Amino acid sequence: MAEEEDLSEMANDVERHLKLDPPKPSPPPPCPSHVLENVLENVLKFLTSRRDRNAVSLVSRSWHHVEAQTRFEVFIGNCYSLSPARLTRRFTRVRSLFLKGKPRFADFNLMPPDWGAQFAPWVAATARAYPWLEKVSLKRMFVSDDDLALLAVSFPGFKELVLLCCEGFGTSGVAVVANKCRQLKVLDLIESEVTDDEVDWISCFPEGETHLESLSFDCVESPINFKALEGLVVRSPCLKKLRTNRFVSLEELHTLMVRAPQLTSLGTGSFSSSTHDGAQGEQEPDYASAFRACRSLVCLSGFRELTAEYLPAISPVCANLTSLNFSYANISPDVFKPIIRNCHNIRALDSICDEGLQAVAETCKELRELRIFPFDPSEDSEGPVSGLGLQAISEGCKKLESILYFCQRMTNVAVTAMSENCPQLTVFRLCIMGRHRPDHVTGKPMDDGFGAIVKNCKKLTRLAVSGLLTDQAFSLIGEYGKLIRTLSVAFAGDSDMGLRYILEGCPKLEKLEIRDSPFGDVGLRSGMHRYNDMRFVWMSSCRLSRGACRDIAHTLPSVVVEAFGSDDDDDDDDEDDNADYVETLYMYRSLDGPRKDAPKFVTIL
Amino acid sequence: MAYEKVNELNLKDTELRLGLPGTGQVKEEKEVSCVRSNKRQHQSDNEEESTPPTKTQIVGWPPVRSYRKNNNSVVSYVKVSMDGAPYLRKIDLKTYKNYSELLKELENMFKFTIGEYSEREGYRGSGVVPTYEDKDGDWMLVGDVPWDMFTSSCKRLRIMKGSDALALDSAL
Repeated sequence: MAEEEDLSEMANDVERHLKLDPPKPSPPPPCPSHVLENVLENVLKFLTSRRDRNAVSLVSRSWHHVEAQTRFEVFIGNCYSLSPARLTRRFTRVRSLFLKGKPRFADFNLMPPDWGAQFAPWVAATARAYPWLEKVSLKRMFVSDDDLALLAVSFPGFKELVLLCCEGFGTSGVAVVANKCRQLKVLDLIESEVTDDEVDWISCFPEGETHLESLSFDCVESPINFKALEGLVVRSPCLKKLRTNRFVSLEELHTLMVRAPQLTSLGTGSFSSSTHDGAQGEQEPDYASAFRACRSLVCLSGFRELTAEYLPAISPVCANLTSLNFSYANISPDVFKPIIRNCHNIRALDSICDEGLQAVAETCKELRELRIFPFDPSEDSEGPVSGLGLQAISEGCKKLESILYFCQRMTNVAVTAMSENCPQLTVFRLCIMGRHRPDHVTGKPMDDGFGAIVKNCKKLTRLAVSGLLTDQAFSLIGEYGKLIRTLSVAFAGDSDMGLRYILEGCPKLEKLEIRDSPFGDVGLRSGMHRYNDMRFVWMSSCRLSRGACRDIAHTLPSVVVEAFGSDDDDDDDDEDDNADYVETLYMYRSLDGPRKDAPKFVTIL
Repeated sequence: MAYEKVNELNLKDTELRLGLPGTGQVKEEKEVSCVRSNKRQHQSDNEEESTPPTKTQIVGWPPVRSYRKNNNSVVSYVKVSMDGAPYLRKIDLKTYKNYSELLKELENMFKFTIGEYSEREGYRGSGVVPTYEDKDGDWMLVGDVPWDMFTSSCKRLRIMKGSDALALDSAL
């Protein structure tokens, strides 16, 4: 066993050293750095957690050096926090890279296009430095077809590509990856924008058996060559995860399932019959039987154009499912409930059906993660009374750890109930879509509810607040939210005090995103002692002035302060009046100073 | 307005209100926090006068990715069969606003004419009767229930002809 060999090798090293260099009286014994490094290297190989590794690297210079030699997976939470050159200088043996680009609020059109987060400089640097690179995961990065092409030719052993919420590339880039990465195991395109270059990328996978274990393309909004996909699946014996897009019909899905009964995760595509012109009385495939044959299926998603009458076909797998995503399905409670009542082992559920939550609460006792998206994502729509749903979940699903919940209105009682019933919560994200909406029963602000969450959920690390909230809510967050790392605030608070409470109270805060809240310069300045220790702060449509932002930039040289808004066109007369106002502040710590690729509309203070 | 002076900004938005539930929303919303560089948020006087005090959608709110909004396109496919016709069709009920639109489309699709509909007498005249299976598995006459109820409960459509139609007619 490798471990035993390592240990005995270490022991030999130590012995040899002691024999060769017995202590002499006058010159001091040579520092056993060689031995130390060897030992350390063998020990540190077992350390995978990056927090542990970061701690280890601070012990001493030699530890820093050895840790850098043995770090194979690098996670960079903000691509602008350091330059690619610094990465390749410090870590020499990287096999896996995870890069995150734009901040989350960019998803909601709050960031102008072409802001940055290009993958290009990273792929160029790693292509030179890490020819053995195997895995790249990118989130919210701009990735071009050229970048993908360079990746495909630079890393002969490349195995895994995961693109989450990315954009800038199309099916032609995907085709190059498919064709040239002969060791490819994972190709996951998730919630990314993929332009349709009218390239049959599925046919670009090479002939013969592939190493594919996971293929996800449900976000690709263009038809695919089904015959080619079928052929690919047939020659991919290791395939476990397959997430098709909405251009795959139910009949086609059936064919794939019959070819790949070993699947553990399936994205069902449209889940709708393609027979616009199917012959009447023609024998339909036995969908239930196909599902029954997939004995290992634990994760189901897709249902993009759900035809409800076919849904019972998934019943044979329901009892085995640990993860179910109905959030893209227009699913009514009558259809949802009988299905969910069979899903006793569900641990993660995504849905738009908040009327079905009672059924979820009664059945899904193992639920750890719940995400309920709005059926109609606008402020005014009338929805069912969601406080009841939340309350039911809290009473039924005591093991809940993470919840994202959209609703029109909420009550403090329901939120408090959740805080009391679900002590394992680490993530609580409640989005009351009606801005500034108070408790719809009492008319009071939602302070008490969120206060209860921070008080009772002692493991809480991520919080998103909404509804009518006064500074009192933030006072409670600052007082009790000692483990919070990520905080999202929108349309909340009364004054700078709200921001001060957070910045002075939450020592672990790393990511702060705020929009449309009355926090100004005083609040911003009160966090001066924190910004070096935070990954980023985003504040848009608040009350910030350029002067205050400039002060931060001057006081904290290792924090890059970006200001931008929509008034970059300077042909307006009252520009001067508004020149002081900062529409959007995005600031982040960086080891390498301001970036060189900032577009014109971004001012780096 | 996005470019009011800093200390006047968002005052309305951030006003502390302890009014009755639901009253917080009835106010003019012209301010749009859009950060697109090629758009101006300034509203001219003309615009202010002519725009009725309705809400403008706030950019990026609720915080649902556009990808998700696009894909929640409300599709509601049902199969349509017609007695004697060799092929099934599939239609999306949500693309129609009411029964007459739906029936017109069905007439076009299957090349028939439907008779006059009356609540008491069903479809008289052409020997063609549109029926649907609802979520309880019962076969009902198209048109009997309000449109919204129909679209949410209809699982499939069957256009009856000939003797079946007559039988249904007389039963009703």
